[in-house]
This record gives sequence, structure tokens and C-alpha cells, in this order.
Amino acid sequence: MTDTLMVDADQVYKNFGANQVLKGISLEVKRGEVLCLVGPSGSGKSTFLRCINHLESVDAGRLRVDGVLVGYRERGDKLHELKPSEAALQRRQIGMVFQRFNLFPHMTAIENVIEAPIRVNKASRAHAVARARELLDRVGLADKGGSYPAHLSGGQQQRVAIARALAMDPKLMLFDEPTSALDPELVGEVLDVMKALAQDGMTMIVVTHEMGFAREVADSLVFMDGGVVIESGNPREVLANPQHERTKAFLSKVL
Amino acid sequence: MASSGQLRPASGHTPAPDGTGSAPVIKAVRLRHPWRNLIAVVLVVYAAAFLWDAATRKQLEWDVFAKYVFDRRISEAAFNTLQLTVYSMLIAVVLALLLAVMRLSPNPVFKSISWFYLWIFRGTPVYVQLTFWGLLSVIYPTLSFGLPFTAPLVTLPTGDALNVFQLAVIGLALNEAAYLAEIIRAGILSVDRGQEEAATALGMTWSQTMWRIVIPQSMRIIIPPTGNEVISMLKTTSLVTAVPYSFDLFTRSRDISAETFSPIALFLVASAWYLAITSILMVGQYFLEKRFARGIGDARPDKGATADPDALLVDGRGPLGFLRSRGRQKREEL
Ligand SMILES: Nc1ncnc2c1ncn2[C@@H]1O[C@H](COP(=O)(O)OP(=O)(O)O)[C@@H](O)[C@H]1O
Ligand SMILES: [Mg+2]
Repeated sequence: MTDTLMVDADQVYKNFGANQVLKGISLEVKRGEVLCLVGPSGSGKSTFLRCINHLESVDAGRLRVDGVLVGYRERGDKLHELKPSEAALQRRQIGMVFQRFNLFPHMTAIENVIEAPIRVNKASRAHAVARARELLDRVGLADKGGSYPAHLSGGQQQRVAIARALAMDPKLMLFDEPTSALDPELVGEVLDVMKALAQDGMTMIVVTHEMGFAREVADSLVFMDGGVVIESGNPREVLANPQHERTKAFLSKVL
Repeated sequence: MASSGQLRPASGHTPAPDGTGSAPVIKAVRLRHPWRNLIAVVLVVYAAAFLWDAATRKQLEWDVFAKYVFDRRISEAAFNTLQLTVYSMLIAVVLALLLAVMRLSPNPVFKSISWFYLWIFRGTPVYVQLTFWGLLSVIYPTLSFGLPFTAPLVTLPTGDALNVFQLAVIGLALNEAAYLAEIIRAGILSVDRGQEEAATALGMTWSQTMWRIVIPQSMRIIIPPTGNEVISMLKTTSLVTAVPYSFDLFTRSRDISAETFSPIALFLVASAWYLAITSILMVGQYFLEKRFARGIGDARPDKGATADPDALLVDGRGPLGFLRSRGRQKREEL
């Protein structure tokens, strides 16, 4: 059973000082599944994603990716914090795509994509470049390898960012509002790339306000508010027939 | 010129799409600036008069200037000054980087050490610091290397281990590092946090993130004030006489002038050399700035910082747009 689970969050808590941001999040993502995480701003969606690849550490509860505890090692009944190098090792297998792209502006598109494979995975340059070309082609940017991010549109930048994350051959991809910073006419090209990725069997957690994408692509939808999961289930059912008042209120605003 | 065809109310015909319709080209009489021109003329006349006067003024002893400007002793002293500048700057950069990183680290011990260093070295005059370095062999007659409270591995008389040139370099470098550390810290802080986050999420370690991602981007902020510091250092080397080291450009010129009784001419000689070296350093700074503006500072479509001509057609209104315009502004200020 557990070996089909890619992400297994069990009562995850996270505080920033006195501010309780996550108050017992439990959810599961099966291998090859797409989960859409929705909820009002400030509900802790980004924080939860950041916990999954240990950009933030969890304060209580258990968070497992592919059966392995994130950020800690369990020895006896005690948890030991991982060394930074060990945490870095775990992160290689988790790709992350940010709202503001966060491409490296001093590197061309292809340099952005080959950076981590060369530095982290110690891939040969020739091999990394060949793979990067493949990936840029896959996101529809085969001819933009030599461009600096500043010369690319937002949609193109975000597709480079997706290629950059894929270059590490992740088994899980996290998307934090990947289209929220885009002009409306550029949203489609990014969602298309994500859709193709989902169809190829990538396990994905997507924080988004694109309910159309959730309905069409996601296997499950989780609605979060105030650091707790309010409602979850099949996206078509939740969207068509929300059970909880807060879900209804939120959906009426975004739909 | 005639590009706003669509904005005009419809008249008999549609303007050609490329804007080369029938709109008349404006042939206006150019605005004149009589006062501006007058002031310019007056300033030029005064400047010319001053220069002519300076060139012919006996007291400036141009004949002595001509005799000494390429004097072997002077050019050697200029080379010494350049060496003092370059060596102390190189050491200062390394030390400053270390201090800046320590100051930014979460480790309170590192933080305090860095803060204390800055407090001492920015809080006392460099002339006094150089004097102290000159007195090193008085304060510490021998230098020992080893672990505290154990027998030293090596012990050397201070005077043998370090000559006055090296002491001058150390003195200048340690003082400069304190200032550079703040410049570097500001540069590192100027890089968007998202950059570090993206690199970390890709599995890069902290040092990889610093060297490959954060520091190259901070260079754009670091280089212009560092250029200032280099030029300032070139002139601060004239204080090494406090060590006392006396083969730098200024001290050497002063010593020669004491023999020849022509101080003015020799100070002009020294000034000419300082100006020449400064000019060379400014050229170096220009190329360094260009190098680190890759991808950001030079996003003007007409300049083409890309290998791909197609990319130039795309309007790159990304989150970095503001950075680009800021970079451009900076360039125009210089
Ligand atoms: N690094 C941080 N330090 C302190 N508070 C934080 C930090 N990151 C997020 N928060 C707080 O956590 C709450 C949830 O933020 P976030 O996870 O970004 O929400 P969402 O992504 O759902 O909009 C907010 O109140 C925010 O102020
Ligand atoms: Mg968020």
C-alpha cells in the first residue's frame, strides 16, 4: 500500500513564531497522480509545498516522499535533523516551480537548465546540454536556448523553469501558483506543458487558481483554509458540489 | 514620426499600416538656447585662459616636470604604488568576502567576530593603523605559529618574516577589507531571495548557491563602489610612509623634491602618474561591469545580449523588467 504513495503527509504542523500556519495537514498523493491544492491567500499552501522539499522544516507530524521521511531521520523513537548536504540530496528528486519563475538572470535558458545537473549530479557538460535541448524542445522552446531570461516572455520563462526542474529527473513536481504572475494570454501555454507532463505520468502537486485545469487534469483536489484541509476529493465533484460553506464561498469568488 | 494613424479621427482614407501614409512630416524651427550658449562660451574662455596661464606660469616649473616625469626613480615608484594597490586590494577582497559571509551567517560567533573587526578597522584612522603595523616588531619581536598553549611549530623574528612593503600591504588590506565587507554584504542582500530558494530547491548546496548564483548577480551592485575603493586605495597608498615605507609614488616624489628644491614640479609629476593609473583602472572597471551585466544590464534590444536573434523580437516583460531599467539608468549615470 505505502509503496504506491509518493507523498504521505500525516498531521503536519508548522509555526512561524507564534503564527501557526499549518495545523495538522494530512493528505496523500499516489504515484502518477496530480493533486491540486486550492485555497485563499495566506492559508498556508506555499508553506506546505516548501515543507515537502524541506525548504521549511516541519514542527510536528510526519511527511514522507516516496516512503522516506523528509528532512529528518528516524532512529529509535527520536527524529534527527538531516545535515544540509543530506537534505540537498533529498531535494534533487523533487522539482519545484515558482510563481515568479526565479530563473537565474545571469544565465541563458540552456545554462539555467544544465546548471544543477552539472553542479549537483556531476553530469558531463555534453550530456547535460543534450538533455537540456531535449527538455527545451519538450516545453516548446527549442530555439530559445541562447536567450537570457530578460529576453523571454513570462510564459516562456516559466516553461524554461519547468525544463530546469525536469532536468534533475524528479519523481515529484511541485508547482506554486505557476501561472499567477502571467498575463492572461500566456497562461495557456504553461498549463499545456503541465498537462502534457501529467499525461506522461509525472506525480504533481499544483497550487493553482485555475479551476479549469484542476477539473480537467487533477486526480484529486484539496481545499485548504487557515492551515487545515477543509475538503478534498474528486475535483469534478468538489467543484460541482462543494460540501463545506468555506469551500462554497471560496469557489464562488474564483469560478 | 507618422505612427499614430489609428488615433486620429477617421478621415477620407485609411492610413497605410506601416504609418507611411499622407501625414505631413513636421519641419519645425528648432528651439534655441541663447543663454545656455552664452554661458558655455564664457566658461570655455575662462578655462582656456586658466590653462594658458598654467602652461606658461614659471612657478609650476614645467621644465623640471618634463625632466622628471619619466625619471627612472619616479616610474619605479609608480610601479610600487600600483603593486601596493593591487596586492592590498586582492587580499582585501578575499578577506571582505569572508567577513561579509560571516556577518550574514546565522552563527552568532561568526557574526560577532565580523562585527568586531569592522568596528575596530573602520573606527580608527588608516594612518594610525599603518603606524601600528610599522611597530609590529616592537610589540611582537617574534612571530610564532602553532596551537595556543602548545610549543610553537615555527618561530621567526618579526623583522625577518615581514619587510616594510609587506607590512604596508597588510595594513592597507586589513583596513580596506572592513569597507569592502559592507559593500559585498549590500551586494549579496540585493539579490532576490527567490534565487537562493530556486537553487536550493534544485539540490545545490549553500556554497554552490553562493558561488554560482548569488555572488555573480551581486557583482553588478558590488563593482561600481569597489571601483571607487580601488581608486581611493591608489591614493591612500601615499600614507604608507607611516609604516615607514618610502618607495611609493608620493613619498618618492617628495624625497626627490627635497633634493632638487622643486616641490611643485614633482607634485605635478606625481599627480600625472596618479591620474594615468586611475585612468587605466577605470578602463578595467568598465570591462568588469560589462562582463557582469550579462543577461540583466544589457537587455536593450538594439545591443543584443543574446545569441538568438529571434529572442530580440519578444517583449521580455518579466519580473526582471525593473532590474533592467535600473541597470540602464545606472549606465547612463556613469
Ligand atoms: N518565512 C516566513 N516567516 C514568517 N511567516 C511566514 C513565512 N512564510 C509564510 N508566512 C506566513 O504564513 C502564512 C501562510 O503563508 P503562505 O504559505 O505563503 O500562504 P499561501 O501560499 O496559501 O498564500 C501567512 O500568514 C504568512 O504571513
Ligand atoms: Mg502562496
